[in-house]
Amino acid sequence: MSTGDHMALEVSGVTKQFVKSEGPRWPWKRNANGRKPVVAVDHVSLQVRRGEVFGILGPNGSGKSTLVRCIATLLLPDEGHISVFGHDVLREEMAVKQLINRVSVEASFFKKLTPMENLIYGARLYGLDAREARARALEVLKRLGLKREAIFQPMEEMSRGMQQKVAIARAFLTQPILLLLDEPTTGLDPRSKREVQAFVEELRDTHDTTILLTTHDMQEADALCDRIAILDEGRIVALDTPAGLKALVPGTNGHAPTLEDVFMELTGKQLVKEEEDE
Amino acid sequence: MAQLIGEIRASYAFVERNFNLVKRYWGWEVVWLAYSIANALSITFIAAGTEAVTGQAIDTNHMILYLLVGTLVWHYLAVVFDNVSEMIAWERWEGTIEYTFMAPISRFTHMVGQTLFSLVYGLLHTGIILGVVALFFQLDLSGANLFGGVLTLVAGSLSFIGLGIVASVLPLLFPERGAQMTHVIQALLLLISGVYFPVSVLPEWMQPLARLSPATYVLEGMRAALLDGAGTGTLLGHLGRLVLIGVVAIPVGLAIFRQAEKYAKRTGKLKRSG
Repeated sequence: MSTGDHMALEVSGVTKQFVKSEGPRWPWKRNANGRKPVVAVDHVSLQVRRGEVFGILGPNGSGKSTLVRCIATLLLPDEGHISVFGHDVLREEMAVKQLINRVSVEASFFKKLTPMENLIYGARLYGLDAREARARALEVLKRLGLKREAIFQPMEEMSRGMQQKVAIARAFLTQPILLLLDEPTTGLDPRSKREVQAFVEELRDTHDTTILLTTHDMQEADALCDRIAILDEGRIVALDTPAGLKALVPGTNGHAPTLEDVFMELTGKQLVKEEEDE
Repeated sequence: MAQLIGEIRASYAFVERNFNLVKRYWGWEVVWLAYSIANALSITFIAAGTEAVTGQAIDTNHMILYLLVGTLVWHYLAVVFDNVSEMIAWERWEGTIEYTFMAPISRFTHMVGQTLFSLVYGLLHTGIILGVVALFFQLDLSGANLFGGVLTLVAGSLSFIGLGIVASVLPLLFPERGAQMTHVIQALLLLISGVYFPVSVLPEWMQPLARLSPATYVLEGMRAALLDGAGTGTLLGHLGRLVLIGVVAIPVGLAIFRQAEKYAKRTGKLKRSG
């Protein structure tokens, strides 16, 4: 698969809206006013360079996950274009799918199956040899701190933090060159969060993987991301390096500004609590 | 060649995953098999009791086999249909649907894997039920063309796979109740296909509908093979019709599914919660 000299990700004028039905229960009794469009992503444009860790910050409902789903070929944008290493997500869907993988906020697995069975299933879908995938899965799961016995027990017996680590291993196993991490540390305890963040740092430093990371965690974004876009009500309100963003606002009470200050200044909103689901 | 190997591996992923799930849900499998055997026996006992109920002399062994073929064929086709049509509902329930749809595999490969599993699973299940019921009623199957029967079942599976793919669109479009809606299709096929009675007893206006159902031809072929011991050559007409319906139904099903997938991606219905 040729990835050439293209940008890892180019998003150009992407808009996505959903229609929400309101009013009477029966569809034939609803009039045109009963169908309310909700704009989730509003003319978003951004470019991510190869090898970059690009962060998207935003409150709940700001359109982060919708944008990630559009990139992951799971949603069709209403307007605009998205390309991954030069491949258009609509016209060259299969080529894009071979280059990407995604970790979402919910670690979605067949809960009765073991981590290894889930990972082998995922690896086979990407055309990998099962024996090779098994060896690699063991290596990655151990690296993420999973004990050997946990690897062969049903997923339903694992904590959410452990499940999320398996989700990251599943994505990593297919060696994507664009990894979409959609709030991968939301709801994790501090230790698990730190282990996941360390793994992302390792990926950044040692592999040819470009990472798009959405998060509510300002410290996480500050520590991991090369550049950050702040999304509010579907629109990008700022895009720069963490230092560049912090330079946009003055410090308070003699303290240097933080990303949280930037966020509040630009969106006029309090940060949402991490426990809340988008 | 590498692409073909990748597609075969991807197809096998569904077979292996589903058998792993069968192993983990073994308690449910035991219950389901017991229920299926009890159901087949109950229906077959109707034949055993007909002489006592009507007071008329009938060929009880023939009647038992007639109903047994109906219940076995229906069980098999329902298993194939359910497995194919529920693949979306199942993944939605587990929350894995987005991961499967994000994988670099064609929908054809996805369906091949799912249907291969359902064929093997359905044949195993139906074989066990046939064995138990045959022991229960001391059935004489020495004159039956078992090979022809299995061949007819497999040929009939093709069309049910096509129908199952069409039915799987319902859980894709209606996340909350789509899986239950597929039962309507099954109920209609059960009514018009002559599963437990000859099609000729249906009202005249319903009889042409029976000719549209692939299950009708499966049942006719199976009854000819198992009750009359018809040779495989004699079954070629039924087999040909079944293969023809399947060859049309599968691509039509896939085309409908692709359109539904596009609609789901446009409206955001792939998401677990819908």
